[in-house]
Amino acid sequence: MSDILVYALHYEGAFNKNSLGAVSEAARLAEQLGGEAHAVVVGEGIPDDLAASLGAHGARKVFRVEGPEGLAQPVVDAMASIIDLHGHNWAIFGGGLLGFEIGAGLAARRGAGVVMEVTQVKVEDGRLVSERPILGDSSLSQVHYEGDLGIVIGRLNAFEATESGATAEVEDVPVEFSEFSTRSRMVKRGEQRGADINIEDAPILVAGGRGLGKAEGFELLEQLAGSLGGAVAATRAVVDAGWFPYAGQIGQTGKTVAPKLYLAAGISGAIQHKVGMQASENIVAINKDANAPIFEFSDLGIVGDLNKIVPKLTEAVKARKG
Amino acid sequence: MKICVLVKEVPDAAVQKRLVNGRMDRGGEKNLNPYDTHAIEEAVRIKEAGVVAVDEVVAVSMGPESADRAIRKAISLGVDRAVHLCDDAVAGSDVAATGLALAKAVEAETPDLVLLGQQSDDGECYTIGAVVADHLKMPSLTQVIKLDVVEGSLTAERQAEYGYDTVEIATPAVISVGDAINEPRYPSLKAIMGAKKKPVDRKTVADVGLDASQVGEAGSKARWAEAHEPPQKAAGEIIEDEDTTETVEKILAWLDERKLLA
Ligand SMILES: Cc1cc2nc3c(=O)[nH]c(=O)nc-3n(C[C@H](O)[C@H](O)[C@H](O)COP(=O)(O)OP(=O)(O)OC[C@H]3O[C@@H](n4cnc5c(N)ncnc54)[C@H](O)[C@@H]3O)c2cc1C
Ligand SMILES: Nc1ncnc2c1ncn2[C@@H]1O[C@H](COP(=O)(O)O)[C@@H](O)[C@H]1O
Repeated sequence: MSDILVYALHYEGAFNKNSLGAVSEAARLAEQLGGEAHAVVVGEGIPDDLAASLGAHGARKVFRVEGPEGLAQPVVDAMASIIDLHGHNWAIFGGGLLGFEIGAGLAARRGAGVVMEVTQVKVEDGRLVSERPILGDSSLSQVHYEGDLGIVIGRLNAFEATESGATAEVEDVPVEFSEFSTRSRMVKRGEQRGADINIEDAPILVAGGRGLGKAEGFELLEQLAGSLGGAVAATRAVVDAGWFPYAGQIGQTGKTVAPKLYLAAGISGAIQHKVGMQASENIVAINKDANAPIFEFSDLGIVGDLNKIVPKLTEAVKARKG
Repeated sequence: MKICVLVKEVPDAAVQKRLVNGRMDRGGEKNLNPYDTHAIEEAVRIKEAGVVAVDEVVAVSMGPESADRAIRKAISLGVDRAVHLCDDAVAGSDVAATGLALAKAVEAETPDLVLLGQQSDDGECYTIGAVVADHLKMPSLTQVIKLDVVEGSLTAERQAEYGYDTVEIATPAVISVGDAINEPRYPSLKAIMGAKKKPVDRKTVADVGLDASQVGEAGSKARWAEAHEPPQKAAGEIIEDEDTTETVEKILAWLDERKLLA
């Protein structure tokens, strides 16, 4: 058999875009392997039409499991028992956070090989080979799998969601959860900390990071964004610190954006941030450290102190625009 | 209760990471993985807070002989003692094999809480915690930025795909902490000197009940073939800010050229 099992994450009645990408990628690869792509959904009362809609992205079968939402370990139990029954040889996850935990847990459970941050998958001699950037994205590594199960965890936005228009057969699977999987309880999920701002439609984004030094540092950026006619965004570091609303976070566990201009101030350019903004048309970065990774993927880099540069830049833009 | 903290030796941040013959160059200056100092700090804070009585904080590390320095640094940051899984057989372990070996080393300690960092600076897998937890049959959560531990359970907060989640977990549990959880303290000179004398228990793979075939390259199902450099993308323009008025003029001209000041 050369079937591929994909975990599809859903929240408030919709599937995660990265999960849909993973289903599409699995369908593409399964065709080359001569197998089928199957999906697994875990949740409380998932409706038939939602589950079956994964067929449009290439899943031939959807295994539906009644269980807690938003936790990784119950999904590991579910996938392990589905693989026991059906003998899938591959499991694929889209980028995000939960897929990392589930994929790694499944690798432990089944003694399988796992590769994370995968940007490309190909078929060689009837087996999958994962490509993963390493060393701060300065090199690409090819990883082969041994054994009867190989696990691919994609990087955010690595797999594109495509549509074929078909529907999938939905099969309910009873799963007995491990004792330890039932020892976690979701108390509150998806809490939005801070104001509900919109950064996805702005043509210009001015993004700030830990280099702003304090929450008040964002005032400088609000003024610059105002003069440019854009919005302000942020990194996880400053959102976790409570300096900026979660709704304005770019990256792996935040938003994916592609504005005409993305201007970063005091942002190092960590991979989890980069994956959410690298499709921007023009990238400008201000950072005082000449070795900051962000300069590796910016079109214009300014090595200097944002506290000196940003206010003057705001004045100049204002003067220019009259 | 007993807390185990998993700590790793990684190339120092100042060392340029590179490939030699298609493999990661592990030479050069080494240090304690900076992300692990947040896990150590959290363990020490739980102990100091006294809400639960912590008898011991034990560091567990897998790595070559040289890792002893990183382990001593962990001790200087407040760890009481350490276990060092040091065996040639583990060289080349993938994520799954590393997690298995660490789980076995931790198992013997029967901890109530296992803490890890959010990522290793060189491996960047973010997932060792999930592997360790499955082997130990313990509940787990990664990227935790707020942790409240009471007798028999803990409450953890973390950011996931859709916002912040709050999860209640019955201990024993495995928790990876994000770097926003705390600000690690600096060790005192006395602690640095004292760390040299603290016991570090060296163990082999056999000591933790594993066969050499279960770890290292032999026990790894993910096979890393040679790495190569990606196609070079045209480097961006760089301006060193010396005269800020001039810098700003250059930025403006650059934006103007791309019609971004309309
Ligand atoms: C599973 C996971 C998911 C994650 N998800 C996300 C995500 O969705 N989004 C995200 O952004 N991150 C995410 N991260 C975190 C990410 O790895 C980085 O830690 C984070 O992006 C760093 O934020 P930063 O650039 O603000 O801070 P830092 O990395 O601390 O960088 C601050 C920068 O500011 C510069 N600086 C300091 N002072 C000045 C000054 N006066 N002038 C100019 N420059 C200055 C410094 O040189 C430095 O480069 C995630 C991590 C993990 C493990
Ligand atoms: N060889 C190791 N020895 C001890 N702990 C480790 C080792 N490798 C990883 N870890 C732990 O796992 C965390 C996450 O690492 P990683 O999954 O490799 O990004 C680190 O912050 C450490 O706490």
